[in-house]
Amino acid sequence: MRIGVVTFPGSLDDRDAARAVRECGGEAVMLWHGDADLKGVDAVILPGGFSYGDYLRCGAIARFAPVMDALVPAARGGLPVLGICNGFQVLTESHLLPGALIRNDHRKFNCVDQRLVVENASTDWTSDFEAGQEITIVLKNGEGGFVADEKTLDTLEGEGRVVFRYVPDAEGRNPNGSYRHIAGITNERGNVVGLMPHPEHAVEEGYGPSLDGRGFFTSIIKQTLESAATA
Amino acid sequence: MGSIVVDVMLKPEILDPQGQAVGGALPRLGFNGFTDVRQGKRFVLTVDGDVTDEHLAAAREAAETLLSNPVIEDVVSVHVLDESAADEGAADQSAADEADAPAEDADGEPDEAEDGEQ
Repeated sequence: MRIGVVTFPGSLDDRDAARAVRECGGEAVMLWHGDADLKGVDAVILPGGFSYGDYLRCGAIARFAPVMDALVPAARGGLPVLGICNGFQVLTESHLLPGALIRNDHRKFNCVDQRLVVENASTDWTSDFEAGQEITIVLKNGEGGFVADEKTLDTLEGEGRVVFRYVPDAEGRNPNGSYRHIAGITNERGNVVGLMPHPEHAVEEGYGPSLDGRGFFTSIIKQTLESAATA
Repeated sequence: MGSIVVDVMLKPEILDPQGQAVGGALPRLGFNGFTDVRQGKRFVLTVDGDVTDEHLAAAREAAETLLSNPVIEDVVSVHVLDESAADEGAADQSAADEADAPAEDADGEPDEAEDGEQ
């Protein structure tokens, strides 16, 4: 079970993501933004950070990195891809996922332990959760407000493609102004998942608010092993 | 050497927190007449020689693919930077500066005085 982790210039959490993969029993393979080579991995994580300094728009320049020339068609063909935070922004800029992420409505950077509800436990990255389960993982972003037009939002909801929702606070607000409290979504096929919060920071005792992040990595490892067994 | 200007704005329905922050700061400086601020981006693409139709077509394509994200932004203008118009603008500006200068000299630091009263 080999999971690639892409490093862009300005990626921040690539090593944490690789560590989380290993902690959960997978093999982490580092991928380089400048190489259009996925090294035969079974799945890919686009990590958090500030690729290309967040210049132009978050994720906008990373989208055109050579590694994305290989990744985009592979993802369309079914390769499991998880985009975390900046990785989610790269996925929307690449049109692998709909919508966009804009600056937090309150204009402050978030750094909190965030409660989420898992709404879709049938994607490649969430099958170890149960629908309706509440998890707490780290959220840290400046531009995490998920936006899309009403039709796209209705489609996402209608097709069960909202994977995670923020648990709103007492005033009914979510941490970044995301429409309909959406924290993470998936594509039609369920192999590409993007979310703003960081599961890789919640996989080890003593670090982070919980071990809830492990489910992302154990899900994909099981999925891949099962698909290998049936292949 | 010619240049092409590409202007990009957030779609009207997309929240603009940066524009709001700027809008919030204006009254503190005494600018009370502005009800809303939207902040956009301007790109200036420079080419060797004069701007051709091919350059303009390429700039439009770049504007739609890289310079803007059609989910949240509109390309509001792609046009050739008119050097003569820019020169006129600069001339107008320096004329305005000259017109302002004697007034400031006349009553001494009027800006600070006005701010103090706000």
